[in-house]
Amino acid sequence: MSRGAPTRVAGGGRLSLPVVLGLGGAALVGALLASIAIGATVIPLDRALAVLAAPDGSREAIIVADARLPRTLIGATVGAALGVAGAVMQAVSRNPLAEPGILGVSWGAALGAVGAQVALGIGSPAAAVGFALLGAAGAGATVVLIGSLGRGGLSPARLVVAGAAVSTLLWSVLQGLLVIDHASLEASRRWLAGSLSGRDEASLLQVAPYLGAGLVLALLLARPLTALSLGDDVARGLGQRTGTVKVAAALAVVLLAGAAVAVAGPIVLVGLAVPHVARALVGRDYSRVLPVSGLLGAVLVLAADVAGRRVMPPEEVPVGVMAALLGAPVFLHAVRRGVRPL
Amino acid sequence: MIRRLDRWRPLRPAWPPVALRLDLRALAVALGLGLVALAALVVSLGLGEYAIAPQDVLRTLLGEGSAREEFVVTGLRLPRALVALAAGAALGAAGAIFQGLVRNALASPEILGVTAGANVAAVLVIVVFPATPIALLGVASFGGALAATALVYLLAWRRGASPERLVLVGIGITAVGYAIVTGAIGAVDELVYASQLIIATTGSVYGAGWPELWTIGIALAVLLPPAMAGARHLDALRLGDDVARGLGVPVEGERLKLLLVGTGLAAAAVAVAGPVSFVGLLAPHIARRLVGGGHAGLIPAAAMAGAAIVIVADALARTLFAPVDIPVGVLTAVVGAPYLIALLFRSGAMAVR
Repeated sequence: MSRGAPTRVAGGGRLSLPVVLGLGGAALVGALLASIAIGATVIPLDRALAVLAAPDGSREAIIVADARLPRTLIGATVGAALGVAGAVMQAVSRNPLAEPGILGVSWGAALGAVGAQVALGIGSPAAAVGFALLGAAGAGATVVLIGSLGRGGLSPARLVVAGAAVSTLLWSVLQGLLVIDHASLEASRRWLAGSLSGRDEASLLQVAPYLGAGLVLALLLARPLTALSLGDDVARGLGQRTGTVKVAAALAVVLLAGAAVAVAGPIVLVGLAVPHVARALVGRDYSRVLPVSGLLGAVLVLAADVAGRRVMPPEEVPVGVMAALLGAPVFLHAVRRGVRPL
Repeated sequence: MIRRLDRWRPLRPAWPPVALRLDLRALAVALGLGLVALAALVVSLGLGEYAIAPQDVLRTLLGEGSAREEFVVTGLRLPRALVALAAGAALGAAGAIFQGLVRNALASPEILGVTAGANVAAVLVIVVFPATPIALLGVASFGGALAATALVYLLAWRRGASPERLVLVGIGITAVGYAIVTGAIGAVDELVYASQLIIATTGSVYGAGWPELWTIGIALAVLLPPAMAGARHLDALRLGDDVARGLGVPVEGERLKLLLVGTGLAAAAVAVAGPVSFVGLLAPHIARRLVGGGHAGLIPAAAMAGAAIVIVADALARTLFAPVDIPVGVLTAVVGAPYLIALLFRSGAMAVR
């Protein structure tokens, strides 16, 4: 790393960072307020804020404090974590389709958490966060290993296919565990759907340290990630120890994605879509891409959650489904543009 | 692999006016794998709560058994076992076609979106119309599989449907499909529905009977001939679109035709047995190790390997946790995936050669 030298990269942002952060922040505030006010019962915003500030024991106050507030906080946190994790993965792999869900990391975390539940009787997925992290790491390592086998090494398409094959495996094993163990099925199926309902602050607090550590690590890596996203040769030419950076980046991804899955279940395609939008807004300097990805990830997951509550009330469509549907067009766009190294 | 010349036997009969080049090795392998599948079938027919020795099963199949054996073997177990056999064959052949088509040895119905389409359709039917008879579930799966392939093909089209785009779009559609299926499993009110959804999306031949056998039998009879006819085009497509075009293959037309044939085979299998995972991935690998990469030999060998895999897996699925009948798809995944990964590590065979 050439300390002090500007890391501005060609093809930079069309908008300046403060503008993007300002607009993103406004969008986030809007999404937070919508998530507090809108649901099966729509509570007027002023009333929602009033009962949030001063609970008066009314039905609205209970809905806001016990149901809406925790899921809003969890949604925002998980979305930010997934956005940043996706951005880190895309930078390291130089692969526009890299993200926790597509590359099997989320399914590894899900299997880790459910496996701990079935084998050890650990009550909630959030309590099994350690096993989720292990599962995420194992799945990610397997995908990278399989993807780099054979001639030609780790091409973008090959990595994605390896991720899909491993995802299929993890999904099948997960289904097998759940069909044999009905108690675990009942305990975990809502969580597995990528649903934010019925979660409390306690489960967020259980995973918060891991999410925090992952976020800090990712932001510390911003500059080396920018160099790495231009290719190993460039990064090495700038004096970077690429191996160390990659290991640290993998650790950040495991912390972020594993903990996000432990609290909210596998929510796919958020981590893929958000960095694409972020790069389009602020360019390819990851010290800008990472914070913007976090911000937009939070907005996307909150928006998906709010939309899921209103699609067919009183039933809720889990946020995992809505987020995948919102992320899919970005995936398809990236594929059609051609999966060349970023 | 060294191809010895005496492996090929030219065949020029006076009538009909055709000339064939028989691949003796592929023929022997296909027959051998077929025998393995049949032996497994006989053993499997004897397994269960009322155990029957293999020789008695054979006697019963020849019409010499007691009334009781007759009822258990041909009445109860035979249809299910034959469905497992046929579904395995269809998945194996479909896997061989898909892997050749997209030039990637990790391609399979699961990855190209076929399975996801079938799953989503089955889930929607169960969730939206809970009273639908089980028989219609197969129809829905079949339709869903075809619709998903059509969607993948259209979304991948951009001045042609490149293999890479096909497989990547398929992966995207599959990811969304998983999200919808897990979403539905979590969203239904009652646990019974949730486990019904899991079984419907995992692959099981529980309760399969003669109607299912007819469905899959007709599909195999209709779709295997065009698959074999397309084998030489697959061999050319495997070398890349440009080479194939140079060899005179109408690339896009053949690709669409083979995609339809493969999807039809996979969809029929999924309709009768659910998405038995990893068979379409594993069977072509086993076959390729035995007969090499030429598709005229590979497709039948993969079909036989698929049949053997599913019949063995179903026998285990019925007996391992008896009286619980676990979905056969769980077993094929748990046993098949590690084997596949080991295979990949040993051969490094990521790209189709």
